[in-house]
Amino acid sequence: MHCGMCLPTCPTYETTRRERHSPRGRIALMRSVADAELTITKDFAEEMSYCLGCLACQTACPAGVQYGQLLEAARSDIETSQITATPVRSIWRTLTLRILFLNPPLLRLMGRMLRLYQKSGLQALVRRCGLTRLLPANLRRLEPQTPEVAPAFSDELIQPNEAASAPRYNVALLTGCVQDLVFSDINRDTVDVLLANACSVHTAPEQPCCGSLHAHNGELQLAATVAKRLMDLIPAERFDAIITNAGGCGSHLRHYATLLANDPAYAERAVLWDSKIRDIHEWLLEIGARPPVCPPFSEPVTVTYHDSCHLAHGQKVTKQPRDLLRKIPGVRFVELTEASWCCGSAGIYNITQPAQSADLLARKVGQIQKTGAQFLMQSNPGCHLQIARGLAESGSSIRVAQPVSILAQAYRQEAKQSAVSTSTNLQT
Amino acid sequence: MPLPTSFLDSLTKVVRPKAVLTSPEDVIPYGFDGTAALRESPGAVVFPNNTEEVAACVRLASAHQIPVVTRGSGTGLSGGSVPTAGSLVLCLVELNSILNIDPRNLTLRAQSGVITQRIDEAAAPYGLFYPPDPGSLKISTIGGNVAENSGGLRGLKYGVTRDYVMGMEAVLPDGTIVRLGNACVKDVAGYSMKDLFIGSEGTLGIITEVLLKLLPRPAARKTLLAVFDRMEDAAETVSAIIAARIIPCTLEFLDRMTVNCVESYAKIGLPTDCDAVLLMETDGHPAAVAEEAEIMRELALKHHARSVRAANDEAEALSLAAARRNAFSALARIKPTTILEDITVPRSELAKMVAYIAQTAAAYKLQVGTFGHMGDGNLHPTFLTNERDQDEMKRVHEALEAIVEKALELGGTITGEHGVGIAKKPWLKKQLGDASYDLMRKIKAALDPQSLLNPGKIFN
Repeated sequence: MHCGMCLPTCPTYETTRRERHSPRGRIALMRSVADAELTITKDFAEEMSYCLGCLACQTACPAGVQYGQLLEAARSDIETSQITATPVRSIWRTLTLRILFLNPPLLRLMGRMLRLYQKSGLQALVRRCGLTRLLPANLRRLEPQTPEVAPAFSDELIQPNEAASAPRYNVALLTGCVQDLVFSDINRDTVDVLLANACSVHTAPEQPCCGSLHAHNGELQLAATVAKRLMDLIPAERFDAIITNAGGCGSHLRHYATLLANDPAYAERAVLWDSKIRDIHEWLLEIGARPPVCPPFSEPVTVTYHDSCHLAHGQKVTKQPRDLLRKIPGVRFVELTEASWCCGSAGIYNITQPAQSADLLARKVGQIQKTGAQFLMQSNPGCHLQIARGLAESGSSIRVAQPVSILAQAYRQEAKQSAVSTSTNLQT
Repeated sequence: MPLPTSFLDSLTKVVRPKAVLTSPEDVIPYGFDGTAALRESPGAVVFPNNTEEVAACVRLASAHQIPVVTRGSGTGLSGGSVPTAGSLVLCLVELNSILNIDPRNLTLRAQSGVITQRIDEAAAPYGLFYPPDPGSLKISTIGGNVAENSGGLRGLKYGVTRDYVMGMEAVLPDGTIVRLGNACVKDVAGYSMKDLFIGSEGTLGIITEVLLKLLPRPAARKTLLAVFDRMEDAAETVSAIIAARIIPCTLEFLDRMTVNCVESYAKIGLPTDCDAVLLMETDGHPAAVAEEAEIMRELALKHHARSVRAANDEAEALSLAAARRNAFSALARIKPTTILEDITVPRSELAKMVAYIAQTAAAYKLQVGTFGHMGDGNLHPTFLTNERDQDEMKRVHEALEAIVEKALELGGTITGEHGVGIAKKPWLKKQLGDASYDLMRKIKAALDPQSLLNPGKIFN
C-alpha cells in the first residue's frame, strides 16, 4: 500500500515537498535496500536521520503500517553498516548510549556534577568568559538553555512504597531518565495524584533507562538489554498497572513484546508487560479520576495542551489529558491549533537537525501564543524543554507544565482547605 | 536508466539547479503512484516553478526525445503517473498558488499543484463550495484531478471534476502554452478543447492552471448511516431512494470486509457483524434536507435495515465521510497488496454486479472487499493479496478479467473515475469498439506525434 495519505501529516514533507522526505518515500527507499536495488549509502542514512520519528504518519495510515518499527530497523542497519561512523560520533554515542544511559548511578552522578557546575557559579563564569565558544555550533546554540538539574532526584522525593489511605489499585511508577534528573518534581506530582485516587505506588529507587533512546538511535540490542533489566526490576504480574508520565518513554515501553519477540525467556513476559503499561492520563481516566474540589490557583487560569508525538501517535492518548484538564475547577481549557504537530524536539533531533527543529519550534511557539493561555500543558520531558526554550527565547511569559502538576496542586489546595476547616471546627 | 548528461545540463539551466533530482535516493520514491504492484524508476525528476519553466522543460525533452510523465502528489489509482523507464518526471507540486477567487462570477483560478482540499477551504469563507471530493482530497492535486477527471463521494448529485472546469492553461507537447475555455457560462466558440484535456491523463498536454466553477454552499446537510444484514437490501434501498425522486449527494456502500477494516482503523462504532452499510447524505435547503433524510430513513427501514443512525453533528458527519474515504487504504490492513477495480454499471444492474463479484472471488479463492458509490453505479471491488505471491496474483488477474467482462456485458464501463492509465489498458479497446478507439489514437498522434507525453498510458 502506498496511497500517500501520510504525506500531508509529515512535517519534513510539508517543508520540502520531496517524496524522499515523506514516510511513503522513506519506506520506498527501505524497500529498495531490502530488495538489493540500493545499498545503504550516506544519503540513505541522512534521510533516515532527517525523519523526526514523530509517527504522525502512523496515526494517518488507514492500512496500519508500523512505520516506527521500520524506521528503527533501518537506523539499526545503518549503525551496523558503519556508513556514518566518524571517531567523534562514535565517542559521543559510546559515552551516551553505552555508558551514561546504561548506568543509572553514573547518570545521576553526572547530573549531580552538572548541578554543582550550575549552582557554584562556574557556569556563569564559563559563559562570561566566552568559553562556550569551544563547543560545537549545534551545542553552543542550545547551551544557554541547558536544563537546570533538579535540586533533588526522584528517589529523594518519593519513598519506594507509598500507600493510599483506602487503596483500590497497586501500581508501579517509572521515573525515567531526563524526567528523573530535571523534572523529579513531576514524578512527585504524579505520585500525589495517584495517591489521591486510591492507588498505592511502588517506585523503585534506581531504575534503568527504558531503552527508547537506544531503539530510536539504531541500537536495538542495547534496547533489548535495558528492557529486560527493567522487567526484572518491576515484575509486571505484581501490579495493576505500570505508570509512565513521559510520552516518549511510554510509546517505547508498550512495545517490548515486539522488541523481545525472539527472546525465549522474555517474549511471553513482555506481552504481559505491554498490557500493564499505562500513560498516567490514560490510567486516571480509566479508574475514573476524582475531580478536585478546589482550583489549583487563587485566580482562574487558561491552559492549552500540546500533544507529544509519542503520546498522541505512538500511544494514541489524546483525549484523556484534555478531559483531565477540563475536570479541574478554575482551569479554562482552550484547544491549540496544530496541537499534534511535532515541536521539533524529537529526542536529539534538535542537536542533529537544528534548522528543521528550529522551524518547527517557531511554528509551535507561534500557535501557542495565539491561544492566550497562561500555561502550555504537555507530557514529555523533551517537548517540555524544547517548548520552554522556544517560549523563553521569544520573550513569552507562558509557562510550561504537565497536567498532573496542576492536578496535584489542586489536590494540595483541597487538603490545605480541609486542614483549615478541620482546625476551625476544633476551635468552635 | 540515467538520462543523457547534455539533457540534464540544459535542464538545470531552465529551472533552478536544485529543482532537478537524479540520485537514486531522490528518484526511487517517484517510481510509483497510489496503484499497487506498478513500479519503474524514472531517469530524473524536475520541479518547475511556473508555466514558462514547464514549457521550457517540455521543449527540451522534445528536442532530446525524452518521455515526460507529469505528476502531482502521486495518489492516482490506475498507474497514470507511474514513470516509464528513462523518463523525466515533471512534478508540479510547486505550482501551488490559488490565484484568484471571484465571488461575482463564482469562479476560482488555481495552479495545478494546489491540494484539492484547499480549493474548497478557500471557497468556504465566501459561502461558496467546490463539490468534487475524491478519496485522496487531503493530498491529491487539482491538476491531477482534472487530468484524471476524478470523481468522489458527491458524484451522484454534483457530478465529477469535469463539471467544474471552465477553463485551463496547458502546455502542449511542443512547448506551446495554450489557454482553453473562459469564465463565461455559455461558450460555443469552436471545439470545446478544454474537454479534450480533462481526463486525458497527461497524454495530450500538461495542465498548469485551472479555472473552476463554484456553487453556493449548501445551507444544511444531514448524514445517515444504515446497517443491513443482507447486501441485496442495501442495493434495493438505493433503487428505492432513486425511484422516490430523491437525489442525495452521497449514497456510499461498504461490504462486511470493508466495514471491518475501516472500523479497525477509524474506531467510529461501525457494526462489524453486518453484511453492508450505506452512508447516505443529503444537502441543500434545511426544510428539504429534513424531509429527504426522513424519507431515506423510512425507505431503509422498509428494506429491512437493522438500524439507521443520524450523525449528531458536523464533526460526526465528517468522521463518517472520512472513514469511507479511507476504505481503500484500510483494506490493506488484511494483506499488503490491494488490487482495486473501478467498474461502473447502469444503476439498475447493480445488484447483479455485486452478486457476481462475490461469486467470482469465491470461485478464484480470493479475499475481496467491495465498496463504492452505489448511487452512481460505481463499484470498487478490491482484491486483497500479496504481490510477491505469484500464484495468487495470477488468480487475481483472472478474476479481474471476469469482473470486467461482466461489467461490459451489463452495459458498464471499465473505469468510472480512476482513469485507464496502465491498469485498465488491456480492456479499453474491448469497451470502445474499433472506431472510437482509433479516433482516440488519431487525436493523440495529432497532438503528440513523437509520443513523448506519458507514453504507454491509456493505449500503447
